[in-house]
Amino acid sequence: MSEAAAHVMPQSQTDQVAVQMVGVHKWYGEFHVLKDINLSVDAGERIVICGPSGSGKSTLIRCINRLEEHQRGQIVVDGVELTNDVRKIDSVRREVGMVFQHFNLFPHLTVLENCTLAPIWVKKTPKVEAEEIAMTYLARVKIPEQATKFPGQLSGGQQQRVAIARSLCMNPKIMLFDEPTSALDPEMISEVLDVMVGLAESGMTMLCVTHEMGFARKVANRVIFMDGGEIIEQNNPEEFFNNPQSDRTKLFLSQILHN
Amino acid sequence: MSAIEYQAPSFKLEDLWTDRRWRAIFVQILALAGLFAFLAYIVNNTINNLQTLGIETGYGFLNDPSSYDISQTLIDYDSRSTHGRATIVGILNTGLIALCGIITATLLGFTVGVLRLSGNWLISRMMYCYVEFTRNVPLLLQILLWYALVVHSLPRPKNALEPLSGIFLSNRGLVLPGPEFGSGSWIIFIALAVAVAGAIAFRRYAKRIQETTGKIYPVISISLSIIVVLPLLAYFAAGQPVSLNWPALSGFNFKGGLTLRPEFLALWFALTIYTASFISEIVRAGIQSVSHGQTEASYALGIRPNWTMRLVILPQALRVILPPLISQYLNLTKNSSLAIAVGYMDIVATIGGISLNQTGRALESMSIVLAIYLTFSLSISMVMNWYNKRVALVER
Repeated sequence: MSEAAAHVMPQSQTDQVAVQMVGVHKWYGEFHVLKDINLSVDAGERIVICGPSGSGKSTLIRCINRLEEHQRGQIVVDGVELTNDVRKIDSVRREVGMVFQHFNLFPHLTVLENCTLAPIWVKKTPKVEAEEIAMTYLARVKIPEQATKFPGQLSGGQQQRVAIARSLCMNPKIMLFDEPTSALDPEMISEVLDVMVGLAESGMTMLCVTHEMGFARKVANRVIFMDGGEIIEQNNPEEFFNNPQSDRTKLFLSQILHN
Repeated sequence: MSAIEYQAPSFKLEDLWTDRRWRAIFVQILALAGLFAFLAYIVNNTINNLQTLGIETGYGFLNDPSSYDISQTLIDYDSRSTHGRATIVGILNTGLIALCGIITATLLGFTVGVLRLSGNWLISRMMYCYVEFTRNVPLLLQILLWYALVVHSLPRPKNALEPLSGIFLSNRGLVLPGPEFGSGSWIIFIALAVAVAGAIAFRRYAKRIQETTGKIYPVISISLSIIVVLPLLAYFAAGQPVSLNWPALSGFNFKGGLTLRPEFLALWFALTIYTASFISEIVRAGIQSVSHGQTEASYALGIRPNWTMRLVILPQALRVILPPLISQYLNLTKNSSLAIAVGYMDIVATIGGISLNQTGRALESMSIVLAIYLTFSLSISMVMNWYNKRVALVER
């Protein structure tokens, strides 16, 4: 648990492994949703996961902070293996931030209270300090002036930026994005992507499930294509988009780049 | 700005039924006039009938002696007291059963509601059976059932069950040791008041400490211990002025102590168990109305399940829970009028029952009962609506 600003990670540390998944399987009842996933993510790496709906990409990143339980294989996050041990789950969740498709801000709390809730109750940060940290991050996502408003009073793009700030307030080492722009009106997508690009440039380890291929080209070190619960192909963005290997990848790319 | 002049709305007679705005006002005036005409007719008719029959009207009978006894009274009362005093006894008894019922039904209801959502199959099924059974059996039947259980299946005072020393359960009800306040007892009450004030002050202090240093105190347990320990200290410091009045068997019944009579017990159990099943469903619906995304977002931030319930889920669920919860409180209060079935002397049994039969003042007695239930219900609703407004969600 480093209290230091983990997002400004020097390049020399990038050889450290942030997430290690070995032979991970998951079933929803009879449905085999993740099949033999092997994935290693280095600290500071930025990964974009894409694939058709139902391919298991959301499930995969939700396994990393144990919102979903895997049934076989091993997941190690920042040196801690995820088991049913609640202490390990707690410590992993403190290090991993997550941004959801539908924002999931707490509607009964103001923007500022949304950002300070976890620092105050989980990290036991004094309120004044937590508010200072929150204002720093709200400024970073460019909405400090909305701090006293309630989520219901903000636009979708603003809400998603608050959600990102809320995660950052816990000073996570790894950020997970689960289709962060899919529920947004087109004109608001770029304001959220800008924030994510800024975060990527600061050296944050990121795993993003998204269909924003422009974002993938711009910031990703690696693009992963999933279909039917399997990782079909992974490559750097240049190779992935210009020279896809598998037929399924080619079909998918032709479908989403078509329009 | 272009010069557009304000045109006064012109009014034609046919607007009364063709223009939406005028029609709305017109219809309301018609409806109100109709209602008043109907009320005037009824009142006039009643007065005429009463005069023809030679029946006196007026509330003077409230000052006459009631000449009947009441088994459970919270204030001094005997058969020489007035009907007015009997009414007050009834009001207090209704208030007592409503208050006790609301407190226990809320506690039981919230517990069952949360347990029904438990991941434990056995527990959630048991709660399901409880809810489906109790809310589908008429309340009157349940009151009679509990009454029969107390009166017929419990032993006579001579063989009373004694689950704890000094506590007796028999077909005459539950008898507990009652407190007897000697001189100097006031110190304990002052200590209690000081303790409550101290607990509140500690709550504020703990909040300030958390805001400045982040340290989290176990506020609830510390407050509770303050409230318990301080009066205890005062009790010993004042030379133990409070003694317990132990009930003892004398002849066919118990003497001394505090008695909860079978009627009260039956009514209390039945109202609690019946209403709690509805409250539990309201609580369950409220918790389930908060989207699962809220729980996930809270977990993802590292907030543990019990804190997530307290900080994120319950505050949101409360908004959904409160309005129907108010209705259940009102229902419980009004349902307590079924007390008459087991002879619990509430407002319906006193002024609306025996007093009415003795004096024949049906209109007057019923108007009093009506006014009292309205006062109870409107007060509960006012308090709860105020609370509901306070926790309302801000949107746009």
